[in-house]
Amino acid sequence: MAETPHTEVHAHAEDHDHDHKPHGWRRWVFATNHKDIGTMYLVFSCLMFFTGGAFAMVIRAELFKPGLQVVDAGVFNSLTTMHGLVMIFGAIMPAWVGLANWMIPIQIGAPDMALPRLNNLSFWILPFAFALLLSSWLVPGSAPAGGWTMYPPLTLQFGASFPMLIFAIHMMGISSILGAINVIVTIMNLRAPGMTLLRMPLFVWTWLITSFLLVAVMPVLAGAVTMMLTDHFFGTSFFNAAGGGDPVMFQHIFWFFGHPEVYIMILPGFGVVSEVIPAFSRKPLFGYEAMVYATASIAFLSFIVWAHHMFTVGLPTSALLFFMFATMLIAVPTGVKVFNWTATMWRGSLSFEPPMLFALAFLFLFTIGGFSGLMLAIVPADFQYQDTYFVVAHFHYVLVSGAAFAIMAGVYYWLPKWVGRMYDMRLGKWHFWLSAIFFNVLFFPQHFLGLAGMPRRIPDYAVQFADWNMVSSIGGFAFGLSQLLFPYLIWKCVRSGKPVEGTRAWEGARGLEWELPSPAPYHSWTTPPTEAMIARGAAH
Amino acid sequence: MHRARLGIRPGTWLSIAALFAAALTASPAWAEDPPASSGWGLLNLPVGVTSISKEVYNLHMMAFWVCVVIGILVFAVMIWSIIFHRHSKGAVADVTLVHNTKVEIIWTAIPVLILIAMAIPSARGIVLIGDDAHSQLDIKVTGFQWGWQYTYPGKGVSFVSKLDERSMAASDLDSGISPYSVPHYLRNVDHPLVVPVGTKVRLLITAVDVIHSWWVPDFGIKKDAIPGYVNTSWFEVDADKPGVYRGQCAELCGRGHGYMPIVVDAVSKADFDAWVKKEAAAEKAAAASASSS
Repeated sequence: MAETPHTEVHAHAEDHDHDHKPHGWRRWVFATNHKDIGTMYLVFSCLMFFTGGAFAMVIRAELFKPGLQVVDAGVFNSLTTMHGLVMIFGAIMPAWVGLANWMIPIQIGAPDMALPRLNNLSFWILPFAFALLLSSWLVPGSAPAGGWTMYPPLTLQFGASFPMLIFAIHMMGISSILGAINVIVTIMNLRAPGMTLLRMPLFVWTWLITSFLLVAVMPVLAGAVTMMLTDHFFGTSFFNAAGGGDPVMFQHIFWFFGHPEVYIMILPGFGVVSEVIPAFSRKPLFGYEAMVYATASIAFLSFIVWAHHMFTVGLPTSALLFFMFATMLIAVPTGVKVFNWTATMWRGSLSFEPPMLFALAFLFLFTIGGFSGLMLAIVPADFQYQDTYFVVAHFHYVLVSGAAFAIMAGVYYWLPKWVGRMYDMRLGKWHFWLSAIFFNVLFFPQHFLGLAGMPRRIPDYAVQFADWNMVSSIGGFAFGLSQLLFPYLIWKCVRSGKPVEGTRAWEGARGLEWELPSPAPYHSWTTPPTEAMIARGAAH
Repeated sequence: MHRARLGIRPGTWLSIAALFAAALTASPAWAEDPPASSGWGLLNLPVGVTSISKEVYNLHMMAFWVCVVIGILVFAVMIWSIIFHRHSKGAVADVTLVHNTKVEIIWTAIPVLILIAMAIPSARGIVLIGDDAHSQLDIKVTGFQWGWQYTYPGKGVSFVSKLDERSMAASDLDSGISPYSVPHYLRNVDHPLVVPVGTKVRLLITAVDVIHSWWVPDFGIKKDAIPGYVNTSWFEVDADKPGVYRGQCAELCGRGHGYMPIVVDAVSKADFDAWVKKEAAAEKAAAASASSS
């Protein structure tokens, strides 16, 4: 299609007319534009967030009081299983891919992702995968109920939903692998001249590293679930002890995927926070190179700690020692990152708009999740914590006030760039404070419950656990309800937000995205950014 | 732009922080056994009644306090910035404060040293827990959906331990029976495991269907029960701590996962010997009458 060369700042609304952009449903079904695909991923992930959230509301309703009042034990197990699967594979991971799609090309000065049609396929696999997974509620035996971790032999006891689960996982895995390949190829090949690796924004760095993790471990998950499939249908005995197989081998293979998976879910969050905190401190990120190396160290270490999810299976003493030491070691680069973010704030000029509020909540609360993680690393103590609500508290601190709050920080930060309008700041602050306060009401007491002896994945409990469960459930209902403000705020912004003046929605924001008009043109950087623009935006 | 003012003076913040710190350090609840009856007071691990449980408790509290101290230090710096380095108060950013290799090395090295200090006692704990040799009593524990089978090899004692009737009845969906009316709701069984105090007991743990996990918090031990494996675990209840100790299955095992508790009755050695004789005789009689009818 014809391209008129533009001078510096003129990626203008005229583009929309030259574009021959398809309209109506074809624009979305056949999308190859990174902005459209990014939007689809984000909308999909928001839908899945509320789906997984609805499951959580039923879980907390059941756990509100001792005794069974809402669902039976089998349905409860399906709820916890589906909550985990939907949140991890449907909400968090696609949200990160959505942000990657929107921001990576813009931040490196590229006109689009390297493989636009592959990009389209990667997205469109997901609605089909989740239609398959969610429809398992309707088959005989109902939805899978063996936990999102799908351990055999238990998972093999669930009837018609089992193959649906396996095939849905395969589809999601393929989507992630193809997306990750796209990100790597884009970053390695399409950076604008002058955009060297060590000048890239940290969000791009964290996504580059995350992509390598995805390519490395999603096939491992595929292998694990395929072996379970053949055990069930084709008479193999990979995990069947009676046939000479080993149920624990599944756990090793699963967690070899599973541990890097949790870093896949958090590393882009580290990237977002590394953009937002400098912007709202009006000060560059402290220790840019240290942050890159710390991220790479975390990614490397994430491959050698998997058995800390398995300390109680009967590992030999040497394995317990190795995995304890390796797990404790991850605290070092993670701590380095926390210190660098703090040093970024130090002697800055801080303001507290919603992106910064969410980033600061991330800093506090993810750190608390990191502390409980350090406690969990101590093997003898872990024998008391494993499979209790202490673990549930830990991973919700790192995944909700960690990953989810970082996603929200990113959306609040970049929404004006996407839409060209500013959102209702007051509503954003309400969303923040309700989320931050009720998140803690929901999950902090779960530390107590775990320490006091309450196992996880149980629909009913002894009466001494009733008090804190009630508090947690109240927090859950309030937290869940307050999330409705988020899509409402976004919709209101798109419909009637105040147009943003200039390119820079936030005074301290730096980066190539802030050199473009708001909203960013449908095709941006058709002419590469100049050295002056790159230098202005350079993270350090 | 948007000004976020709190309107609280630095001196007031410091007083609040001081009060909070005082409350935290003055509270004895962390160091002693919490009152077991009160739900609100159940905040911490039990110290427990075995050498393992006490070692575990100490490691837990060590890790906890390290985290609290580091947390207070790091959060203090963040809070200081949030209060004193505000744009709305006219703070001007020091854009030269962008990197410092020396400081990066220091805040990498110090955590490494702290971790090594934590790892040493933790490694000792692993070795202690792994030392199940020279046991004085072996018991085979078999998990199934949904209960536990206990076998005392060579003693002629083997029985199934399942959730007690009253808990079972009250636990149904919309049972109409209040859990508060059931003693030890969901933590009571029809046939508890009996062990002698002051005796090193080794458990041989397995399962017949799916993975379960045997856990008694007061003993400080948890070990998965896996089909095809025999895992070992050991404990010795302090001689001066006979009593009833309760735990639960700790690995999702299906619908009944929350309904297969563990109850251990730790009795004196003499009482244990008497119990074994009685139990063996009762089982022999039951087996004889079952085969003759």
